[in-house]
Amino acid sequence: MNAFDYHQAADGTQAIEQAVRCQQAKYLGGGTNLVDLMRETVERPQTLIDVTRLSRDITDTDGGGLIIGAAVTNAALAGDARVRRRYPLLARAILSGASAQIRNMATVGGNLLQRTRCAYFYDTATRCNKREPGAGCDALEGFHRYHAIFGTSSSCIATHPSDMAVALVALDARVHLRGPAGDRQLAITELHREPGERPDLETELQPEELIVAVELPPLAMAVHSQYRKVRDRASYAFALVSVASMVELDGDTIADTRLALGGVGTKPWRAWQAEAALRGQPATAATLAAAVDAELAAARPLPGNTFKVELARRLMIAELSQRLSDARNGGDA
Amino acid sequence: MSALDTGRSGDTQPAGVALAGDYWRPEGRPDPLGEKGRSGIGAPLSRVDGADKVTGGARFAGEFRFDGMLYAALVYSTIANGRIFGIDTRDAESLDGVALVMTHQNAPRLNTPPVFLRAPNGAAGDDHPIMQTDRVHWNGQPVALVLAETQEQADAAAESIRVDYAAEPAMTDFAIAKTQARQPDNLLGGPAEIRVGDADSALAAAAYRVDATYTTPRHNHNAIEPHALTLAWVNEPEGEGETLRIHDASQCVDLAVASLAEVFGIDISRIHITSPFVGGGFGGKTLWQHQILAAAAAKLAGRPVRLALSREGVYRVVGGRACTEQRVALGADDRGRLQALIHSGVAAMTRHNNLPEPFFQATKCLYAADHIRLSIDVADMHMLANTFMRAPGESVGTFALESALDELADQLGMDPLELRARNEPERDPTSGLAFSSRHLLEAARAGAERFGWSERSATPGGRHDGEWQIGMGCATATYPYMRMPGAVATITLTPDGATVGIAAHEMGMGTATVQTQVAAARLGLPVEKIAFRYGDSQLAGSVLAGGSQQTAAIGGAVIAAQRALVTELLSLVDEHSPLSGLSPDEIECRDAGLGAIGDGSRFESYRQILASAGRSELCVEASAAESQELGNWSMHSFGTIFCEAGVNAVTGEVRIRRLLGSFDCGRILNAKTAASQFRGGMIMGLGMALMEETLFDARSGRVMNPSLADYHVPVQMDVPEIEVMWTDIPDPHTPMGAHGVGEIGITGVGAAVANAVYNACGKRVRDLPITLDKLL
Repeated sequence: MNAFDYHQAADGTQAIEQAVRCQQAKYLGGGTNLVDLMRETVERPQTLIDVTRLSRDITDTDGGGLIIGAAVTNAALAGDARVRRRYPLLARAILSGASAQIRNMATVGGNLLQRTRCAYFYDTATRCNKREPGAGCDALEGFHRYHAIFGTSSSCIATHPSDMAVALVALDARVHLRGPAGDRQLAITELHREPGERPDLETELQPEELIVAVELPPLAMAVHSQYRKVRDRASYAFALVSVASMVELDGDTIADTRLALGGVGTKPWRAWQAEAALRGQPATAATLAAAVDAELAAARPLPGNTFKVELARRLMIAELSQRLSDARNGGDA
Repeated sequence: MSALDTGRSGDTQPAGVALAGDYWRPEGRPDPLGEKGRSGIGAPLSRVDGADKVTGGARFAGEFRFDGMLYAALVYSTIANGRIFGIDTRDAESLDGVALVMTHQNAPRLNTPPVFLRAPNGAAGDDHPIMQTDRVHWNGQPVALVLAETQEQADAAAESIRVDYAAEPAMTDFAIAKTQARQPDNLLGGPAEIRVGDADSALAAAAYRVDATYTTPRHNHNAIEPHALTLAWVNEPEGEGETLRIHDASQCVDLAVASLAEVFGIDISRIHITSPFVGGGFGGKTLWQHQILAAAAAKLAGRPVRLALSREGVYRVVGGRACTEQRVALGADDRGRLQALIHSGVAAMTRHNNLPEPFFQATKCLYAADHIRLSIDVADMHMLANTFMRAPGESVGTFALESALDELADQLGMDPLELRARNEPERDPTSGLAFSSRHLLEAARAGAERFGWSERSATPGGRHDGEWQIGMGCATATYPYMRMPGAVATITLTPDGATVGIAAHEMGMGTATVQTQVAAARLGLPVEKIAFRYGDSQLAGSVLAGGSQQTAAIGGAVIAAQRALVTELLSLVDEHSPLSGLSPDEIECRDAGLGAIGDGSRFESYRQILASAGRSELCVEASAAESQELGNWSMHSFGTIFCEAGVNAVTGEVRIRRLLGSFDCGRILNAKTAASQFRGGMIMGLGMALMEETLFDARSGRVMNPSLADYHVPVQMDVPEIEVMWTDIPDPHTPMGAHGVGEIGITGVGAAVANAVYNACGKRVRDLPITLDKLL
């Protein structure tokens, strides 16, 4: 780890001022990922600006949604009674990730901006286009069991590792940003970029721009939303495939649905194709199969992660079937 | 509850302990401590060092300090074979706090260390010169060492060192290396090929045949305490020269001293290693480059050094278990009697160490096949030398053998336990020796009953619980009994109790506790009156904490020391003593003194004997008897592992629902620490079965998951309730009637899990770990 300067910002505006003033500054949330990367010398910031004094509040919006301050810890968010009641998949997604100690430290903003756990990204003795654009990618023909099948490019196949982000993507969350040029909002589905030729550019954030809050819009069917994560051991492992799902039935017709996947995308993966194939269709096994196929048509697996296509197929069908069954039974899981 | 409450109030307790006789001889007298009902033996005594460990009072090797101590950091190579072309240390040397940067260009001249299993005093993992040349032999080899005033300064300086390499072709792909495999000249000192009859012909003629290939990956050591040491070259007074004083985390203090003495060209009396607490060894805490480099750097800098490997460092510097590809072929008649048993294959190794992963060891003794062929080849690779890791050979070998037995049972339509029972041998099938103590069938039957084995569905896929398919599997566990030469014990008796000293090790197994318990029972003293000293190279003799042999090795030495003590005490008594005229074999130790066997009136306490003789203490030292028992019998521990697994029909996830181990390991000396050893081994077996795998990049020879986040071991939620039970039948030919229990727990578990998975879902996985993609 290199030596660095450390500043604590009183609020978002001050953090941005400090970031503009300093060379090679990084915002520091809970540090559960950034500090690891600094230890591995993958990140070498000259300055850390601690933003954990940003809002730690979770406040109701007029329409029945929530605004979550960027410095709210993962543990606090998962434990919030409103979250558990209105958006249970979010609590489940958070609790399925990391460990209690890490969740106590990690912040909502930091969770969204965490970086991939690709072993080649972490190991500076290997080639990685994300770490060093143009260097090459050792994962393509190396170990890529945990890597993406959606949104990949010949430059990068690294997975976005967050569970929480998958839930937020399913919930159509909006990200509140503040930067030197002022405040703006982004749909969370627009926050992360696919790697293309520049896997080092991971989000649409502008230089020094900072996430200050995440807004959850009201969403009635989210009351019966679920998150299911499949991994190599029972806890403390990243997803091989995870599914965030919810449905709304109108008689025997799927009126609406949200479906998102983790462990398979270079960004938290909203299953737009599957959703489109489900909406307005009869709630039958054939509909589910067709919808899942529509999503998986874009999958580009490699030898080490081909199994994810079948696993994702099975998991999406199992989860959607269960949501439909729950909805028919009055929504009680 | 008293710590010494055995829960066996009905047993009669013999009053004293007579001296052990020649338990190692065919007609010899068993150690009386092996008898049932012995006060203290078997009791679940809590750890004598437990309070120190949970309150931080126990100091580990990386927690000692010397004045003026520097902190070390290592730089590891990033190629698998070649030369260091250039090494730029200027940035590092200019950083604050940096005291020394050591590379092959300025390291002191060192002799090549003697290698484990190759030289009698060898403790080193391989025979490469250590930072003496520009050669690189594996990806991860230390190429530079930094000493600085703080660990952070040392780490930062190490990161700033730039190394240029001239890489040369390297053999880093096992798939290629195995095509050029060779037969090693020996396997743990024995033959690398064993033939009984003509197994290939018998296999071809057999009515029922299984012939399958099983593969197991590399595993790395992940003791909870990463390797660490704190050391100083201490100037002795009056020009007596220097002594190298080391606080190490070690399971072989004496071998390490001998090897280091050779490396530095100094007398063994100039090196002193202590290792009072070790946070897990498992075969990995021997001598690797880090200790030698730390001592060399301390010499060069003229200051004490602490070197604590990072977790990554452990993966780069400390060898692990080699990958294997094993063929098991079984031929049987229609009643399940084995006519042919072939267990052969290839393990990765280097040309610089001497441990072919001995996967057929268990197969040598388990089944009564008419024709047997066992062989091992090694595939030479450019990699860090592989080494011992909990039950080397047996852990991965039983996965293959016991999976194959299950496949044969399936083919025969026979209960797998019944198949094993039908092949229970009368004598060791490869050595021809009688077994000293083999009660495998009793253990299997008791375990089956406790586990509810009769509930197992005979056909796969017969039980469901929602999405979960439920299956049961079993496998035989086994590990050899060993008692290595070299153990010497001292007993110092004072009016207040006794101190037993032996150069053995406590790595968390419970050695200090159990041996305190045994010494107390043997000397007729309460446990509070016993001090057990260990983990110090200045203690007499040499005991390796390996091969599950410490319990017997210490036991043998203490038996000899007890005889010396009693002989010495009898020589002190005068004609007025009630003990006068008695010979040692007429004596028993009881009630803090000596008494005549069978005569309660003839007794004198230790205190009285010492006082009468005007002695404040009495010190004896004795060597253990030669391990003749190993030549007289086939000596092994046995057990049966039962597993109930759930396989998720949607996702292929495997969850272990229940696990039971029923063991036959001679007399169990401490129910609590033994149960922990069995359970710990079984948990490690679960990890091996389901998730442990070193990701060794075949292109670069580089380990890509050197961290506990990426190298998966079981977490709490992966581990179900584990039941353990034991026959508690003493082996008449071992000290205390006991066998070691440190390693057998991991054996058999891989196959028990694989067999349970097959019974659950009908899929046979022959490639560890059993990850969900293999079940989709």
